[in-house]
Amino acid sequence: MLSSVAEVVYWSSRYVERAENVARFIDVNLHLTLDSPANRGPSWEPLVMITGDHKYFFKKYETADANSVIQFLAFDTEYNGSIISSLRQARENVRMVQHVLSREMWQHLNDLYLRVKTEADAEHPSPAETSTFFDSIKLAGIHYEGLANATLSRGESWHFGRLGRMLERADKTSRILDAKYFILLPQVRDVGTTLDQIGWTALLNSASALQMYRQLHHVTTPDKVAEFLILDRQFPRSIRFCIAEAQKSLHEITGSPLGTFENDSEQALGRLRSTLDYADIEAIMEGGLHEYLDGLQGNLNEIGEAVHRQFFEIQD
Amino acid sequence: MLNGRTAISLRDGPLPARNGRAPGRRCAREQFLCSFCTQKTPSETSAKGTAAAIVITWSVRLICRFPMDFRTYDPEKGHFYDEMFADLGKVRPEFQALIDGINEMPEGTLAARQSAAEAALLTMGVTFTLREDDGAERIFPFDVIPRLISAAEWRRIETGLTQRIRALNEFISDCYGKQRAIEDGVLPRAMLESSTGYRPQCRGLEPPRGVWAHVSGTDLVRDNKGEFYVLEDNLRCPSGVSYVLENRQIIKRTFPRIFEAMSIRQVADYSIRLFDTLRYLMTDRVEEPRVVVLTPGPFNSAYYEHAYLAQQMGVELVEARDLVVSSGYVQMRTTHGLERVDVIYRRIDDDFLDPAVFRDDSMLGVRGLMGVYLNGKVALANAPGTGIADDKAIYAYVEKLIKYYLDEDPILKNVPTYVCSDDKDRKYVLEHLEELVVKATDGAGGYGMLIGPHSNAAQREDFAGRIQKNPRGYIAQPTLQLSRVPVIVGDHFEGRHVDLRPYSLFGHDIYVQPGGLTRVALKKGSLVVNSSQGGGSKDTWVLDDSGEQA
Repeated sequence: MLSSVAEVVYWSSRYVERAENVARFIDVNLHLTLDSPANRGPSWEPLVMITGDHKYFFKKYETADANSVIQFLAFDTEYNGSIISSLRQARENVRMVQHVLSREMWQHLNDLYLRVKTEADAEHPSPAETSTFFDSIKLAGIHYEGLANATLSRGESWHFGRLGRMLERADKTSRILDAKYFILLPQVRDVGTTLDQIGWTALLNSASALQMYRQLHHVTTPDKVAEFLILDRQFPRSIRFCIAEAQKSLHEITGSPLGTFENDSEQALGRLRSTLDYADIEAIMEGGLHEYLDGLQGNLNEIGEAVHRQFFEIQD
Repeated sequence: MLNGRTAISLRDGPLPARNGRAPGRRCAREQFLCSFCTQKTPSETSAKGTAAAIVITWSVRLICRFPMDFRTYDPEKGHFYDEMFADLGKVRPEFQALIDGINEMPEGTLAARQSAAEAALLTMGVTFTLREDDGAERIFPFDVIPRLISAAEWRRIETGLTQRIRALNEFISDCYGKQRAIEDGVLPRAMLESSTGYRPQCRGLEPPRGVWAHVSGTDLVRDNKGEFYVLEDNLRCPSGVSYVLENRQIIKRTFPRIFEAMSIRQVADYSIRLFDTLRYLMTDRVEEPRVVVLTPGPFNSAYYEHAYLAQQMGVELVEARDLVVSSGYVQMRTTHGLERVDVIYRRIDDDFLDPAVFRDDSMLGVRGLMGVYLNGKVALANAPGTGIADDKAIYAYVEKLIKYYLDEDPILKNVPTYVCSDDKDRKYVLEHLEELVVKATDGAGGYGMLIGPHSNAAQREDFAGRIQKNPRGYIAQPTLQLSRVPVIVGDHFEGRHVDLRPYSLFGHDIYVQPGGLTRVALKKGSLVVNSSQGGGSKDTWVLDDSGEQA
């Protein structure tokens, strides 16, 4: 397929995934707010920190509270990483590549964007009232992926879409975990308390992971949660699962067998896949979860750049 | 998109008193978004939040309830030609089924269907943005009441267009070939060579299969006797066919029973026919020609249509940056390297096609493309140079050209045209500016145009000066009285002016899509059907009397 079209397909699915995940970040904090005693709700600042755009945030907003952070992450049209901006970019992208995607996908995304725009323009008396909205964005993201799966042939369009989605999801799962770890652990006084349990439950919930986690583990501990979200072989939002799916699509596109590589992107993705396959959670926690996730995000960036060089850059 | 074309030039007659409109109530359709609710919702006034406004207006509208039928519809016989009604309460017999069907709908149903149709258009993304409006998106206004054309009327249009397109193709071929018509004195040489649509680079060109204008979208209007006239031939990159296809999709859902009960010619196979037309250009040279659609990009107002047609045909939509000339072929950059392209349905103007041959500042074109084309290694649709036949002064010769090339009498008439480079015509035009419509010969989109009856003295003086300075650049036509059809206005129907743009394909044969795009001036008394100025569209139903079901 056309390089330019492949790029747009890849990015459109990354943007939708990104919007969905930002909704997940916000949703988990909203739930924590509702479940916490008054004045002991979660901090909103870490949500800003994990975007890496905190400098930009504090230039524009005075304090990081529920209102300002939700405005920033969900509805700020000047901030590129907000839900509304991601969906706008996804929509403009899909508008350009409608001919290789399905009509259902375009119409769904178009409707989704218009809905978010309506919400952005509406008055929100209390942040808690927006919870159902973020829940619906989560479902809409899943719906979009479902439409891709149900309506597209497994050709290059679908594979570039999945490659983008899985790389983005791996990155965002790592960030959800990173942020929550940052929020949850410092409150040493709460460790082992009900509030702590609520926190971890909310975290699993935000990754739609609670039920699957419970089927595997009956107690909630930081190690187990981290292990589940990073290394689980079967859970579709775990980082390892995402990387394995991304790798399958990459090799479907190039045609080279799994376990081999013919270009930088295959090599970088294969390496990451192997380290995840043979990692154990004890070692990760010992070295520091945050440090581990930071390194992982770096690897994901490298892979993204290699994919870009290999497929999208125009050479004559 | 459809901005831009039509220069309909007509005047409304004296308007008798209207029925059914209480003073003080206003129809929000005049504000573009709401065609039913007679109350203005607060959200419509707010500067921000168009999407919200759209949604809110709909929801308000859905709860509006009013009886609505054609019993009070006044076609204003004597002033206008109404296509649906011969007189007050007297529907033209072949259209009775539609009127009965609508009259029989339960109260509120029509309003709900109009709303549903608009919601569907928004979901499909059939929108355009107005720059002065903060980039807000609007759907291209759509009136659900179909515009009907009888089988007999259509047969005449179809044979007339086929004849005209065949002759124009001969003409273009002749212009860049032997120039017989010029040798024989049918068209003055100066007229040809001074045309801004003339491309001397195309002299001697023999396009694949000998066809120049593969796709055309002819603008037709009817006068107050119901007679059809050709207003413009549009042989370059006519747009709007995607609206025909989308409108039909929606209208089948809007009036399923009426649609089923009446026998209506189908339009949906257009994309397949377009694809066949394009493929045909190279099937004698390449086994499986690869077809692409070339677009200027997402900022072009017709981008929606480019993407839509590529999607419907299942071909790549490319921009200039995706294409490169290499090893004597046009190739596209893919994830697996360069791949050859055989047929380009280009939706960019001649001037921008190839910076090496035409405008050298073009960012939209492909360097070297024309060389490949002249070598017969790629086909372009439409061929470069067809703009010669869109020149409005040359248009004045088309009836003669039909006679000359085909030895047939023209079936569809031209609007009488005064060519200002002719001394006698110019004198007449300058003396009658107040009655005439003056157009630039290379103008499009209503630019460079004077509507005499609506003009003031200063504008007329300005045009008189321009005409004297550059007589070749202008023509003039009498103001026609355009036909009307009923549209929904608030809680009743009113007549509005329409034009018609049927789309034709020329491959191994000429196909005219039954119907075409009906554009309607939604503003009362307005003659301008452009979407940027309150114009909208309607689905066009061509009745079938052959017993073949749509």
